Amino acid sequence: MVLNWKAGGVVLGLVFFMAVLLVKPIGVSTQFVILDAIIGNVAVPDLITQTDDGYTSSNAYLAKSDGKYAANAANPLNYSFVFVLAMALGAFLSAMARGGIGADERKLPAIWYANYGDTPIKRYTVAFLGGFIVLYGARLAGGCTSGHMMSGMMQTAVSGYIFAAGAFAAAVPVAIMMYKREG
Amino acid sequence: MTSIILAVVIGAAFGAVLDRIGATNPNWIGKMLTLTNLHLMKTILLAIGTASILMFGGQMLGLVDVGHMSVKTAYAGVFIGGLMLGAGWAAAGYCPGTGVCAAASGRKDALFFIAGGLLGAAAYMVTYPAWDAAGLLDGSKLTLGSVPGAGYDSLLSISGDLLGIVMGLAFVAIAIALPERLRGGGEAVAPAE
Repeated sequence: MVLNWKAGGVVLGLVFFMAVLLVKPIGVSTQFVILDAIIGNVAVPDLITQTDDGYTSSNAYLAKSDGKYAANAANPLNYSFVFVLAMALGAFLSAMARGGIGADERKLPAIWYANYGDTPIKRYTVAFLGGFIVLYGARLAGGCTSGHMMSGMMQTAVSGYIFAAGAFAAAVPVAIMMYKREG
Repeated sequence: MTSIILAVVIGAAFGAVLDRIGATNPNWIGKMLTLTNLHLMKTILLAIGTASILMFGGQMLGLVDVGHMSVKTAYAGVFIGGLMLGAGWAAAGYCPGTGVCAAASGRKDALFFIAGGLLGAAAYMVTYPAWDAAGLLDGSKLTLGSVPGAGYDSLLSISGDLLGIVMGLAFVAIAIALPERLRGGGEAVAPAE
């Protein structure tokens, strides 16, 4: 059972508030780039290079904003990267504490089963392609559901509203087309 | 070191709450986006409202450092990227943060989502110069009202602090007013898991 929306909303709001109070607004999607850069730096020598006053990269995106992303990939033990690792740990512990997710759900979510049956390969393909456009879109937008939609709108950032408008304008029709049975 | 401890504490709290509200569960995301059960939508709207009221209220009282705000640039690519993210979010049932959380809690499809996400982020890293050259990344950091001390331009020349609290209250009001479902008949059904 999930938390009632009143309790869940207040607790989630408190987490976003604590983040701004103590450090900075929550964001996640940048860390996919950082992990890519860490992996890439092993595969491609000199992807990230040290300069006199920091880091830069042969990739224009990693090099932008004075090599901010290159520096974070060179030093993964930074706030934002550790935040995402801790987030995964928190979700794992929380799921375990409520008894874990059942074997059927772990294999396929019920909503997929209700609409497409026992088709794991199809589901994993959709999840992979979905992940591709989600992260491509998030990096193009400069943030995701956490950074733009939640952190952005709570700060009255115009970018947050623009992002949310785009996200829901696409998400609702796609969901209605793909998931006709309620599951 | 302090910042790493904060990352662990706030990050773990965030992951645990995402799990407990159903945001990491594609069934709840599907229900929300097909508008057949808006429970999660109400949770999210209430969270945005709560955080907004506390942050702007705290800033007005001098308890919250305005310098901790971080407003992102508004540009055409934000909307285009939002459309892409929305489509993938609906298809997969995950966004970047919830996908990572779902994989950590044992969902196999979320591992494929993360793999696709890493490739998508890499594809953006490679194609970034084209978007930049097309001028689709040009814009400015804007807030709705003028927030004292934040240093951002504003859309309206009114108090950004007060407007932030008003918007926060509006989010709370929408969360309360939103019905359990907008499409289909009968009571909104909660996913079993």
